[in-house]
Amino acid sequence: MTSTSHPGLPAAGLPAKGTGAADTSEPGGGESAGRQWQTRWQGVLPSVIMAVIGLAFLLPLLWLILAAFNPHATSGVSAPAFSIANFRAAFAAGAGSAINNSLYLAGVSTIVATAVSTLAGYVLSRHHVPLKGPILVGVIFLTGLPVTLLLIPIYQMFVKVNWLNSPFYTSLVLAATSVPFAIWLLKNFIDQVPRDFEEAAAVEGAGQLRILIRVVVPLIMPGILVSAILTFINSWGAFLIPLVLDSNPNDTPGAVGIYEFITANGQVQFGPLAAYGILFSVPVIIMYIISSRWLSGGFSFAGGIRG
Amino acid sequence: MAPLTDAPAVVAATEIDDSPRLQLATVGWLIPAAALLIGLFLVPIGYAIYLGFTNLELLGPTAQNYSFTGLANVQRMIHDPVFWSSVKITLVFVVGSGIVAQTILGLALALLGQRAHFSVRASVGSVVVLAWVLPEICVAFIWYAFSQAGGTLSLLTGNKNNDLLSTVPLLIVCVANAWRGTAFSMLVLSAGLRNVPQEADEAAQLEGASYWKRLLRVTLPIMRPTLMINMLLITLGTISDFTLIFAMTQGGPGNQTAILPVYMYIEAFQFNALGYGTTIALALMVIGALLSVFYIRQLRPELRRARS
Repeated sequence: MTSTSHPGLPAAGLPAKGTGAADTSEPGGGESAGRQWQTRWQGVLPSVIMAVIGLAFLLPLLWLILAAFNPHATSGVSAPAFSIANFRAAFAAGAGSAINNSLYLAGVSTIVATAVSTLAGYVLSRHHVPLKGPILVGVIFLTGLPVTLLLIPIYQMFVKVNWLNSPFYTSLVLAATSVPFAIWLLKNFIDQVPRDFEEAAAVEGAGQLRILIRVVVPLIMPGILVSAILTFINSWGAFLIPLVLDSNPNDTPGAVGIYEFITANGQVQFGPLAAYGILFSVPVIIMYIISSRWLSGGFSFAGGIRG
Repeated sequence: MAPLTDAPAVVAATEIDDSPRLQLATVGWLIPAAALLIGLFLVPIGYAIYLGFTNLELLGPTAQNYSFTGLANVQRMIHDPVFWSSVKITLVFVVGSGIVAQTILGLALALLGQRAHFSVRASVGSVVVLAWVLPEICVAFIWYAFSQAGGTLSLLTGNKNNDLLSTVPLLIVCVANAWRGTAFSMLVLSAGLRNVPQEADEAAQLEGASYWKRLLRVTLPIMRPTLMINMLLITLGTISDFTLIFAMTQGGPGNQTAILPVYMYIEAFQFNALGYGTTIALALMVIGALLSVFYIRQLRPELRRARS
């Protein structure tokens, strides 16, 4: 995760670089011992404050885990127990097929969005395209557009062409919502690949598509993976779009399934609900862990702005 | 450093030798992306601008034979007290739970992470990120359970019969959203902190400036562009949020948590007023655009400096 280049506790004896509060109250004598103590103390207070904030963040997660394994779970923190009864109940309530449906929606939309964006990102990075500048600005604009705005017109369009209640067309909409960001991300990755390899391949007579697949794609694999995983996570959690566009109960994805599970029976069954939630969360947690190696670099936007 | 960080410099370098000839074969590769974006973004936006001025309904006679009604929907919106309270709730939600809570908590965690022990930073960081990675619907029901009568939060407030989602619903959905979103700010701002040049901070340190003074006078001004972009992204993400609030409260009780996307859904798909719902969505887009313009104006000095 955030693991690069933080100075942790500076080595004893070195000037307390980046460890703040150097109101060096005692100049001169006893320098090294005093510094050492001070340095150690300065690491302690931030650690304590950070740990307290961390505990506050941990409590809701703790409830989730304890409730999932306790067959008598309530909305309060449950006693530790180990029973898989709640997971059985979740599967009995349709968690299995809902997760299957999520897998379909997220899988199709990820394949479509990644393929389409790699092609577009390559052309926008490498070739002359009329109006390229405005196209790129437009793509960035679409990244920030609220999906809720698109929902009613897309619903109305789907009514007209009879595409409602189709997992495939629903996943196309999910793909479209990820495409602007994916194009932008992949274009940036391709921009960094030197052209020499492609030119060498072209000299040897390789076709454009072959160059893209054999030369460029392997070089930007980290970018493709990040783009694919972000699309997958986005589509996996999608709630409003499948809720509106596909009301066939057999197509219900996990997010809608959990919502219906909360609202269906008058009395919320917190144990099975927590188990359902964990089953639904595990795939994206795994994906996030896989991608975090590359993701940690994706968060410094400022580099582009600072002169 | 990280792959994306030095992108702009490379962009500039490669675009110079961008030969200005049209390669028809590969321009065709734009067609699939263009088809998706035109068919499922541009056409719907245009269609929304039309539908927002019609009396389209989900069911009944005007589901088929709807017609252009001019400014009737806009007039209805201006005189709709629920719409205006929804705008207010949206702003409270965006500013309170998004801009203020997530930025301050994220900044605090990023700064503490610089100085805390490695094991603390790693474990707290993982917990905070886990809250962000969970699907939104799970966050919704976790906090639903948490704030129920008899829930953990109610026990912590000392009155276990207190159903916090009916006594202070807006506060609870704000806290839930801050819980979910803080990780993003934390990641963005710790990356930003790593890009702050050490020399500036060390120079101030040599002159005897205290930690807080250096933070306010040196570090934060250098971080300003990162902070602004972070706030812009949070604003755009929070303003169109739907799942969290809808699953927790359905906008209730008594519309107290109905931010604009939720109110749009209620009008369009529960009261069947698709046309009026679209008008609300257009108003949401206008508010989002105004806020974006505000942020981009704030960033203008930095953009100008980067260009020169």
